[in-house]
This record gives sequence, C-alpha cells and structure tokens, in this order.
Amino acid sequence: MSPVERHEFDVVVIGAGGAGLRAAIAAREAGKRVAIICKSLFGKAHTVMAEGGAAAAMGNVNSADNWQVHFRDTMRGGKFLNNWRMAELHAKEAPDRVWELETYGALFDRTPDGRISQRNFGGHEYPRLAHVGDRTGLELIRTLQQKIVSLQQDDGDDENLKVFAEVTVTRLLKDGDRIAGAFGYRRQTGEFLVFDAPAVVLATGGIGKSYKVTSNSWEYTGDGHALALAAGATLLNMEFVQFHPTGMVWPPSVKGILVTESVRGDGGVLRNTEGKRFMFEYIPDVFKDKYATSEEEGDRWYDDQANNRRPPELLPRDEVARAINSEVKAGRGTPHGGVFLDVSTRLPAAEITRRLPSMYHQFKELADVDITAEPMEVGPTAHYVMGGVEVDPDTAAATVPGLFAAGEVSGGMHGSNRLGGNSLSDLLVFGRRAGLGAASYLDSLAARPVVAEADVAEATTAALAPFDRAAGENPFALQGELQQTMHDLVGIIRTAEEMEQALDRLTDLRKRAAAAGAGGGRVFNPGWHVALDLVNLLLISECIARSALERQESRGGHTRDDFPAMSAEWRQENLICALPAPGTEVQLRRQPLPAMPRELLDLFDRDELAKYMTDEEL
Amino acid sequence: MGYQARFRVWRGDDTGGDLADFTVEVNEGEVVLDIVHRIQATQAPDLAVRWNCKAGKCGSCSAEINGRPRLLCMTRMSTFGESEVVTVTPLRTFPVVRDLVTDVSFNYVKAREMPAFAPPPGLAPGEYRMQQVDVERSQEFRKCIECFLCQNTCHVVRDHEENKEEFAGPRYFIRAAELDMHPLDARDDRREYAQAEQGLGLCNITKCCTEVCPEHIKITDNAIIPMKERVVDRRYDPLVWLGNKIGRRG
Repeated sequence: MSPVERHEFDVVVIGAGGAGLRAAIAAREAGKRVAIICKSLFGKAHTVMAEGGAAAAMGNVNSADNWQVHFRDTMRGGKFLNNWRMAELHAKEAPDRVWELETYGALFDRTPDGRISQRNFGGHEYPRLAHVGDRTGLELIRTLQQKIVSLQQDDGDDENLKVFAEVTVTRLLKDGDRIAGAFGYRRQTGEFLVFDAPAVVLATGGIGKSYKVTSNSWEYTGDGHALALAAGATLLNMEFVQFHPTGMVWPPSVKGILVTESVRGDGGVLRNTEGKRFMFEYIPDVFKDKYATSEEEGDRWYDDQANNRRPPELLPRDEVARAINSEVKAGRGTPHGGVFLDVSTRLPAAEITRRLPSMYHQFKELADVDITAEPMEVGPTAHYVMGGVEVDPDTAAATVPGLFAAGEVSGGMHGSNRLGGNSLSDLLVFGRRAGLGAASYLDSLAARPVVAEADVAEATTAALAPFDRAAGENPFALQGELQQTMHDLVGIIRTAEEMEQALDRLTDLRKRAAAAGAGGGRVFNPGWHVALDLVNLLLISECIARSALERQESRGGHTRDDFPAMSAEWRQENLICALPAPGTEVQLRRQPLPAMPRELLDLFDRDELAKYMTDEEL
Repeated sequence: MGYQARFRVWRGDDTGGDLADFTVEVNEGEVVLDIVHRIQATQAPDLAVRWNCKAGKCGSCSAEINGRPRLLCMTRMSTFGESEVVTVTPLRTFPVVRDLVTDVSFNYVKAREMPAFAPPPGLAPGEYRMQQVDVERSQEFRKCIECFLCQNTCHVVRDHEENKEEFAGPRYFIRAAELDMHPLDARDDRREYAQAEQGLGLCNITKCCTEVCPEHIKITDNAIIPMKERVVDRRYDPLVWLGNKIGRRG
C-alpha cells in the first residue's frame, strides 16, 4: 500500500473560502487545533469572485434599515421556503460579522461620515451591501487569510492552525456513527493523507461544474455535498439552483463568467434588441406593489427611495434570469443569445470605472467591450446552489455527529432563491457558528473516535482505481457530457419528461465514469483529479434531478414548465436526499418545513403571507 | 474562423524537462488558458496547469508566455499572429512541480513573516471611522490578486536563489505600504521593518514588478519609493519625520 501521511487535529475544515476560514478562526479562538484544507492554493477559493458585497443591516446609508427588514427581504427572496431560524440568525448577526472584519484589517468603501458604505442590490429594500468597489470577495478572503496568519503569529508557529494547500478530500472517516477524520490526496505529489479528527467542518462551496455554463471554477464539483451524503448525512432541497441572470455570453471562451449585480444596483438597465426595458413586463404578483411600474419612477428611486418604488431590474435573481430566458426565447435576444445590460447611458464614464473597476477591466480585456461607451451582452449562468447539507441552524451540525457544514454547501438559509449579497454574510455568520459548534461538540465528547485502518486502505484503493484503467474513457469528455445533460435537461426551465431523460443519462454516465481512466503519474495530474471529482458530480447531479422531478411546483430557483404555479402545499415540504449505502440509488423523502414562530410571522402583513401560505397556516 | 495554432509547452518536473510541440485549434475570442485546456482535454490529460476563476481575479494561472510573465486567462490569442509559435513555460523564479505548475510556497512563507494588522486600542468593532480618500491609498494595494508575477519577475530573486532568505519581494512591500498607510493600523514601524527585515534596500527600483502587474498597481511609484523615501527621511531628519507623522494623521 502507498505510504500515507498522518495528522492529528481537533477540527478539520474542508474548504478555504469565506465560510471555511471564518470557521477555522472561530475554532482556533476557542482553543482547538485546526487544519484548513484548500483544494486550490490558499486565498484562491471562489469567495474571491464575489463582487457586489456583504449584506448586513447596519443602517449606515439608510437608518430605517434593521435586522427585521433584512429578515423579511431574505424570506421574500427565498419565497418563504427558508429555514426561518437561519434567516433570523443571519439578519441579526451579519452587522457584527462585518464590523469584526475591520478589526482584522479590512478596508471597505466609506460613507461621507466615515462609516462603511452600503449599496443597493436586488431584493434588498435599503442600501445594505458593505463593499469594496466590485471586488468585495477579494477583500473578504484576503482579510480572513491575513487573520489566519495573525493567529499563527500569536501562536508562534502554525502547528495549531495549519493550512494544507492543494489537498482534495475524497472520503470522510467514521468510528461507528461518529466522524473520526478525513482521507485525501495532495495534488502536488499525489501522496495520500489521513486526518485523525473528531470534528469536520464542510465548507466546500457549490456544484457549478454540474452545468455547462457556469460562473464557478473547476473546484466546484459538489465535494462537500457528496462527502456528507456518503457519510450518512442528509441533503436538503437540492432542486434549487440559482442561475445568475447576468453572465457574459460572448466570446464563447468566457461564457458564464459573472457580471456583477452591482451594475444594476448602481443604475444599469436591461434592454432587449428592440431597445425596450423589458423587466417592467415581468413583475410577478407577489412583488406587484413593491416595484416601479414606469421607467420614470424607477429612475427617481435611486435618489429618493422614500417616495418611489425600486426598478424591476432589481427583482430577485430568479425572476430576472427567467425574464432574460423568455426574451431570448421570444426572439428578442442578441445574436449571441443574451440581452443588453447597459450602464453607459446611465452614469458618467469616470463614475463607472470608479464603482465597477473590475467589470470595466473584464469586458475591456476579454471581450473588447468598453462598458462606459456601449452595452454589455449578458445571459443566465449557473451560479449557486441553495440546497445543501441539512444542518441545525444554531450550531451548523449535520445529522452525523461530528460533522458540520457552513456556507454554500449547507442548505436551508436561502430557501428557494438566494438574494445577492446574502452569501458573503451567510458564510461569515454560519462559518463562525460552525467553528463554535465544532468546538463545543469536542468539549462534550467523552472519548476520541478512532480511524479504522481498513477504511484507510479502502479509500486508498478507490482513489488509485483510475490508474488501473489507463485505457478507460477520457474523464474530461465524460464531464462534458454530464454538463451538457444538466444544462439541456435540468436547467432553468424544467419538465418531467426531460428530467426523466436526464436521470437515465446519469445512470449511463455513472457506469461509464466507473470505468474512466487516468494515464500518467500521480504528481499534479488533472486527468486523475477529474476522474475522482466525477464521482461527486454525478451523485450531486442525481440529487438535483430527482428532487427537481419530485417537486411539482415552480418556486425560486426551480421552474417547472409543467407545473408553472407556486403551491402553498409544496411550501410546507422540504425534500431530503439520503444515501442508504455507498453505490446505491439516492433516496428521496419529504419532511415538513419548520413553522415560523408568531413573533416573526407578525413582521409581515397577512395579505402578503396569504400569497404563500395555506388557509390553515394563516 | 478557427485556425490551427502551434504551441510549445514546457513539460517536465523537478528532475528536468523540455518543450513539447502541439498543434491545436483556436477559436474567436479565446485566451491562452483555453488553448492549454484544449490540449489537456484532447491530447495530454495529465498536462499540469493551475487555474481557477478564468477572469483575472484569483491569480492562479501565472506562467510565462513567450518569455513574459502573464496570466494565462488574460492573454488573448488575438495578440499573436496565426503563424506565430506560442511558447508557454512555468514561472522561472520558483521550483517546478510539474509542467506549468511551480511551488510558490516561498510567497506564503513571506506572508507569514509579515506582522499582521494591529487593531487600534480602544476602538470596538463598529466604531471604526475612516474617510474614503484615506482608505483609497491602501485599497490600491489590496487589489493585489497574489498572482506572484511581480515576485517572479523581480531580478533580486529571479536568478538569485541566495537572496530569497532576506528578500520578501514586491508583493510584500505593497503589503507593508498598505499597512503603513492604513488610517487605523496601530503599529508605526512598518517602514523600518521593511528596511530591516524585508530587504527593501535590495530593490533598486527598476519597475519590472509594476510592468507585469495584471491589476496595474503602481508598485514602485506608490509603494516602494514612498517607503524608501520615508525611511531615509526618518533616519536622517527628525523634523521631516515629525512633519510626515503629523501630516499623515491630519
């Protein structure tokens, strides 16, 4: 058997984006020895791509803002399928988490009186997003990265808070029902590692690589989702996938790359090829009284929010993505299959380059488009999965003892659709809670679970298997077929027939993936890595397709052509995925959504609740 | 409008290697990273290359293209003639792991040596007040995506392994400058530290770092030169030092 590197820690955090780093900080500050595992280099995780900002009701720009308003916006954005307790904790704690970043050295943009500036975003009633131009994610990850370094300096070395860069975890290890550690490989050497650790925090982000057009990078293959399932934990509401309305569509090589919602938050408008601001035609009933009905009113809102309603370009993302999809299908799209997003006629050039520097740079360098002089072409791109590991809201604990999850990999917080800006705040709030949850779990543990050597041997064999099939099918080609299948058959608009087809194709792909091969050696071999990632992608794609087929309604990031209406009965149901044993079919069951307590229900008008809830609930 | 391009990609590991020739399809709008990926997907599945965001925001895909340090994802194929051979090699300053992937841990070691932000005593979270004009100077340096192209191109270490021990490099000079200019950082020895511990004195301001920075950070003019000048001022002229100190806080 190959030599295996062994490490012993209290907590292993898998994932080094915002949620993982914030969890590691919390667990270390609670006195635990922590390992941080990055699939890429330290500081490169996808948090870096977040552009717009972190939503937190600090009330710096409009003092009418508070946690109750933020809570309401989040529930509306998620079409009331959110776990109410998560949405409550998130809205209450986000301001403290953002302020805390300043004590780590973060430098947000400022208001004239020197406080953190806040910008408008889709679905948020008031300017709420703390930001740094359009590179907020970079600021966030660098700040957390530097805080990790600062804690290492306090310790005098990195023995108690160690970063393992370019390590991929392929299996969670258990002792009976409990987590005992994790098994993975180093990309740089191909050598294996075993972490002995009673607590594991999953912070692996999303599943974007299941789709052909996505804003996500190679890393986002649903690793945490799949590890959790395989370890016996459950996944919640995997049918809800957010297609960000504005991804680049041209040139083909950049198709899917994100165009920040800040463009619209700062005044940008969407037009079809007839020059029409089409979003006015797409305001759904549930939001009718909250959005402007004329261009004039929408335009006035930027300066006077008290007396005007917001423009419909700032509807939640699911609404805007569907609208763009419909315009293109109706033949009013651009030759490259998008619509126009224009800020050039809305702001002076200097203001555009100041507020949106990285968008200016991105379009200039990659598409030869000067966004201060001409419109951008944009279309929907797979961006974020609302579904994820089922967790306890307060401790981020999954259903398996010792397993925790935070950030995109966890489920419930965002319901059926996430508001822009709520991701950076989510990963701070629940990253910290996961770190604290893991620490207190350790304190309550009587005996340290033990890793079974047989499990290590089995994980090693499984990880090396692609090399035994060097002549097997090309894993890159299989990944491409999977992405095409999900794109075509389980995309923005779904039907039962197509999803059944998708499930058949996934079954076939699973068989072929089990025979996929890798040539070459173990040192930094992408073919091998893709062959291993494919297993996770296929499992998670199956969860998405099965859940999506089951839910017979349209809500948020799940639109059924054959069930176009939102159903109050379905709002009461969570869909839970579980894996009875490795290699078996995903099992699906319904589970009642926890009921919101009276004091939170009272934050809404009865008329509004009636749009979502059954008569008995009211 | 696709055409067949000729690529030469360095393949090998820490024991040695050589340029490998590929003929590969190129389509409109593509960047060098697309072509490397096409080689990987169709001709050499084990070709090692780092990448993440593919939009110039994460700084993972640094390499040398025709000898120039560049991000693979931000170098468009249209900048080359169709008959031109495009040669892609790994960063020269860092040890090769395999193919286009190098061991950049040098940079993370230097990051750990850099004293962290020191929060101002007496200010609770939420009480920080700073003016936009004052944070902008540091914000320029916080645009850094840590692609390490500046570290790679800096001649102090590019062909001088022996300098690596005492030289932190441009990326960490801008980190020092960022903290020096941070309106609320409680430490006041960032410049002296850069001189004494980071090897700032070894830099002779040839501006190579500024030239390769994909974020267009004016590393030399806005960070290194002011740090050097102020160190000199403070060392030799206590009155200038006092003036700077008051001016900076004003």
